[in-house]
Amino acid sequence: MTYTAAEIWTIIIVMGIGTFLIRFSFLGLIGDRPMPPFVLRLLRYTPVAVLPGMVAPLVIWPAATGGIFDPVRASAAIATVLVGIWTRNVLWAIFGGAVTLYGLMGVTALL
Amino acid sequence: MTVSTAKRPAKSAYWAGVRDGTPFLLMAVPFATLFGVIATDAGLTLAQAMGFTILVIAGAAQFAAIQLMVENASIAFVLLAALAVNLRMAMYSASLVPYLGAAPLWKRACVAYLNFDQTYITSIARYEARPEMSVAERVQYFFGVATPITPFWFGMTFVGIVAGQAIPDAWALDFIMPIMFLAMVAPMMKSLAHVAAAAVSVSVGIALVNMPAGTGLLIAAGAAMLTGALVEIWQERRTS
Repeated sequence: MTYTAAEIWTIIIVMGIGTFLIRFSFLGLIGDRPMPPFVLRLLRYTPVAVLPGMVAPLVIWPAATGGIFDPVRASAAIATVLVGIWTRNVLWAIFGGAVTLYGLMGVTALL
Repeated sequence: MTVSTAKRPAKSAYWAGVRDGTPFLLMAVPFATLFGVIATDAGLTLAQAMGFTILVIAGAAQFAAIQLMVENASIAFVLLAALAVNLRMAMYSASLVPYLGAAPLWKRACVAYLNFDQTYITSIARYEARPEMSVAERVQYFFGVATPITPFWFGMTFVGIVAGQAIPDAWALDFIMPIMFLAMVAPMMKSLAHVAAAAVSVSVGIALVNMPAGTGLLIAAGAAMLTGALVEIWQERRTS
């Protein structure tokens, strides 16, 4: 890394301000003014539209295995989703995923 | 009605948030430690690494920025790439408007500062499940979720800087993050429209994974939101 201290602080501060403005954007500017119905309809799908797309590459190409597909991690991801849909409970889903992950890791270590 | 009884629901909403935010420590602790280690290895001073974590408070973008800085990318490129990674939070911001838009500006500013993946997804799930919550309760709940996570994010970054050692890979804590996000999203599959949106998000996200710094995810999310809305309209027409 060849930046000066001032350059590093510039990066940090501009990134901080920029990130805050991104987060504040709509919440800050729109406030309680009504939004068009179609926009509200789109926004209802924000969590299920962002997070699966963010997680999917991490499941298929995990960083910890150097990007090589890992059946253990993939099984843990599938177990998490199935338990989550079945129980509708976040903690049970985490538990199901973690048990699958560490259980299968234990089994493959023994084999 | 006295002030104290009027305050009680907001207070219990705050503690419900603390309870629901606590499991995310599993994720915040290893990632914050790792950031401290990587930032120090890259050559940042303690103050710079802490400044990063406190001012930006967004894991994925922090890691992306450090990686580009190690490669000596131009300052403009580092900023552009890291902010692109955070652009999904503009979507979070917009989707919170129907629930928090009526809150005072300073509270919305505090929510904005604390609006990262974990606080957002936990809070929006609660708001959807309990439409009867007041705006004050929603804000308190959001702050409650952030309460356990934020100090640990800062504190464990510090530990990573000082200790210089991350939690061993063998613990597979890297995979806690996908598991926790999937665990949050799976119970949200309430309708065909939600499932269709998630399916589009996954397939477009994977197809565009090689696009630079989070831009593929933005396209995937946009396509998925549109899919959800259109399937919802189609289902309404069919049943009416």
